[in-house]
Amino acid sequence: MSSTRMTPERESRSPLPVPSPLPNAPAASSTDAASGADASLSPIRDFLSKRGSGRLADNSFAAVMLLCACSIFAIVIFIFGILVVHSRLSLMQFGWKFFTRQAWDPVSGDFGALPFIYGTIATSLLALCMAVPLALGVAVFLTELCPRPLRAPISFLTELLAAIPSVVYGLWAVFVLVPLMRDVIGPFLYKTLGWTGFFEGPNFGVGLLTASMILAIMILPIISSLTRDIMNAVPNSQREAVLALGATRWEMIRIGVLRNSRIGIVGAVMLGLGRALGETMAVTMVIGNHPDISKSLFAPGYTLASVIANEFSEATGDLYLSALIEIGLALFLVTIVVNAIARLMVWAVTRNAPARVN
Amino acid sequence: MHLSLGGYVNLKVIAAGILAMVSVGANAQNINGAGATFPYPIYSKWFSEYSQLHSNVKINYQSIGSGGGIRQVSEGTVDFGATDGPMTDQQLKDAKVKVMHIPTVLGAVVPVYNIPGVNKDINFSSDVIADIYLGKITKWNDGRIAKDNPGVNLPDKAILPVYRSDGSGTTYIFTDFLSKVSPDWSSRVGHSTSVKWPTGIGQKGNEGVAGMVRQSPYSFGYVELIYAETNKMSFGAVRNASGKFLKASTSGVTAAAAAAAKTMPADYRVSITNAPGADSYPISSFTWLLIPTHSTDPNKAKALAEFLGWMLDHGENEAAALTYAPLPKQVQDMVRKSIANVK
Repeated sequence: MSSTRMTPERESRSPLPVPSPLPNAPAASSTDAASGADASLSPIRDFLSKRGSGRLADNSFAAVMLLCACSIFAIVIFIFGILVVHSRLSLMQFGWKFFTRQAWDPVSGDFGALPFIYGTIATSLLALCMAVPLALGVAVFLTELCPRPLRAPISFLTELLAAIPSVVYGLWAVFVLVPLMRDVIGPFLYKTLGWTGFFEGPNFGVGLLTASMILAIMILPIISSLTRDIMNAVPNSQREAVLALGATRWEMIRIGVLRNSRIGIVGAVMLGLGRALGETMAVTMVIGNHPDISKSLFAPGYTLASVIANEFSEATGDLYLSALIEIGLALFLVTIVVNAIARLMVWAVTRNAPARVN
Repeated sequence: MHLSLGGYVNLKVIAAGILAMVSVGANAQNINGAGATFPYPIYSKWFSEYSQLHSNVKINYQSIGSGGGIRQVSEGTVDFGATDGPMTDQQLKDAKVKVMHIPTVLGAVVPVYNIPGVNKDINFSSDVIADIYLGKITKWNDGRIAKDNPGVNLPDKAILPVYRSDGSGTTYIFTDFLSKVSPDWSSRVGHSTSVKWPTGIGQKGNEGVAGMVRQSPYSFGYVELIYAETNKMSFGAVRNASGKFLKASTSGVTAAAAAAAKTMPADYRVSITNAPGADSYPISSFTWLLIPTHSTDPNKAKALAEFLGWMLDHGENEAAALTYAPLPKQVQDMVRKSIANVK
């Protein structure tokens, strides 16, 4: 009992910078006739009313937060500006056609970004096609179906996959995935799906498909662990309500869980896509690094990030360097455009149907 | 009282420390360089040995690539640069600092391949190598390969050409050689640290190319001699300018440099690929240090010139141990005269 009575006093002492501590409060309040009666009733309210309105603190807090938010704009604009300034030589030489030209010849100084843009987008989208269903499956199993003793090990392993450095993935791909692709998966795909025209030409084990597969493995843990967290956040009452209406387990997952978490899932997929677009090391090791646009997924390709990593350190000519920086600009723009399209898709899907059970 | 005394003592110690550092800084000459990755192992050995012998000189070297070395020394941000391919006339003209090339050691590039069932060393004519990378020779049992390798049972399999995807001095030397031996290559591709490869797949670094060749049957690639030797890789013989098939060795590389020494220009910017002489290995090259001829700091220039002298007298003898080919005697004598110009 005595301890509860002590509380206001203790609280009054703890905030050090308060200008008027409690002992002075009655003296101060006596000058103010209106609040004098209140003060005797509630020392806490009196203390709060006497220590200033807090407007200064609130405003400065808001200003600091605004500054933090603006720093994002500043960083983006700064990066964009630097990329444009340093690639101006190539911008002037090739203009906007740079992004639609196929040439890449450092000897004669003829540059274009199209094969790299194609390689980047093709590998990333293919990786998403492979990783998203798998990641959703992992997340649904972990949140809805997994027996308790299995849950911790699977979650732990998923997060472990996310922590492996990309060069390790690359090495694994070179020594395991490439031979597998050359001797087993490639011939199988050619036999079963060869008629589509996507699996033609010589298959050396390195190429767009191998790069997409390693990317899919790399983005799988990000998408699945984020999706799992999002699904865990769906209130149990939703599940119970759906089940109470007589839904089967699959219907409960579809209506109660997936429908409620779809915006979050799209966000997780976007993060995975971001990693896939910018991934450099592992892709460089298995994509074949040949700037060509080919329909066949067995053919070698090249990505924007890979060509920068490969050629930047030994690029001597000014135009060559400038073209490589413009490749960076292209990667920047591709990321923005792909993200914008994804946002648009999310908006189109969700604008008329807010997350609810119906 | 205790506290202030402690603070006083601390201050004294710190001041003494600063004084000590300043006095060391005044005596020791810090020389910074940057550039080629290929000679990095021998350079770092030389620089650390030289610092041990001369405690007043400390040479720092960053292997950031030849392109970076040329850029930085041209801008004057480092005291010296290093490159595997000589600077072009345009680059020399544009440089803010007047730069001199000093050859240090030699390197070579060897063809590597993976043909299951074939254990003999394969001979390659120079034009055959060019045509493999041009996509004109696509099968291992092509008549032109078979002609150079009588008695070898070459399979009817597609050749997978592998090249370096990263810009490199190795690619510079290799494409420089191909440009000399194949007019078609010289007009369609040319030579540089990275080129537009007509066919094949690219892998990063010597280890990338070697790894790809090792695990892909019927592939063909090129790596540095040092890399092949330290990793005990088998490699093919290349036909040199006088028609002899030669496997790369440090003596063959030095012989190529000696053959080129007769026509060596004063600025040492010379390509020695496809050099004349029966014992000259054809895919060889110098690697150069880029030394500013007029340094802003005469002390640094003096220290650098002293190091170069030491390199010729002692360093060259250590090159072979690291499988670099040393400079031939004639070139060493030429360089010794040139060092006198470093001021």
